[in-house]
Amino acid sequence: MEKYAIEGTPKTPSISFDIQGGLLEIKGRSIPENSIEFYKPLVDALDKYSTASKPATTVNIQLEYFNTSSSKCILDVFKKLESIHKGGSAVTINWHYEEDDEDMLEAGEDYQAIINIPFKMVQVSE
Amino acid sequence: MQEAFKIYDKMDKNNILLSFKGDITSELLTSILQIMENKMENMQEEPKTKKKVYNVLVECLQNLYHHMDDATDLNGDKNRSAIFMIAKNNGIYDIITGNYILNENIVGLKTRLDEVNSLSKDKLKEYYRSVLNNGEMSLKGGGGLGMIDIARKTGEKLDYDFLEIDNKVSFFTLIIKVTQTQLT
Repeated sequence: MEKYAIEGTPKTPSISFDIQGGLLEIKGRSIPENSIEFYKPLVDALDKYSTASKPATTVNIQLEYFNTSSSKCILDVFKKLESIHKGGSAVTINWHYEEDDEDMLEAGEDYQAIINIPFKMVQVSE
Repeated sequence: MQEAFKIYDKMDKNNILLSFKGDITSELLTSILQIMENKMENMQEEPKTKKKVYNVLVECLQNLYHHMDDATDLNGDKNRSAIFMIAKNNGIYDIITGNYILNENIVGLKTRLDEVNSLSKDKLKEYYRSVLNNGEMSLKGGGGLGMIDIARKTGEKLDYDFLEIDNKVSFFTLIIKVTQTQLT
């Protein structure tokens, strides 16, 4: 499996994981009622990746909305990335937020406070 | 026949943008969110307002969705029903939800709501982070983050009430305000 990709829906984000390139991107809305079910395949893919990770891994998160049900799952994804980071692949997380969206910036800071990986807060204009 | 007008008149006076009474399904949530997004678009709300209201709506509606079953087994259909309303008065959005709850679950919920209401902005942030990092993820979803998130995003106390129906169930009402002051 070289690439893991799923299309976005009104309630779930698009996910693109280029394993060869060490690039993971999550974009859109993450507001499903059952987020565990949605994020499990990604956590599994990261598990696999951790056994043969690239020297550097870039993660781009660009969410418009996410619910509290997703927030725990996103933390699980970040925890997997943290162990990949410890395992020798230099992980960077680019957390995107729209310029007037303080809540999204704060959400990024919440993760930054918990997860031991370099976070970059990236402001995007609407 | 006059009944319909009474309901119409009441909704009109209270500036209800949308109301729903019935079973809360996943498809319904998708529709309500879509309708409210369009309405706010047509009302030319600021992006900031739209986002804030949308986020709070998602949490309120999913709370209802996840707790619909809690009082189901008692009196059948009646208890699967919930009410949801959103109004806008003088620039303030009121999001109101109501659902049945087993009396034995009231104390636990009230304790959680009071705890959230007792915390300052900074303490809420700390509390959110600690529940996010250490809290158990329930199968239903958020594992207790929803109310903390709503309080954090709105900067308002959670206004609630329990109305006892009989010795088994009560009706739980939650009123969330999204005011303009926190949007500036």
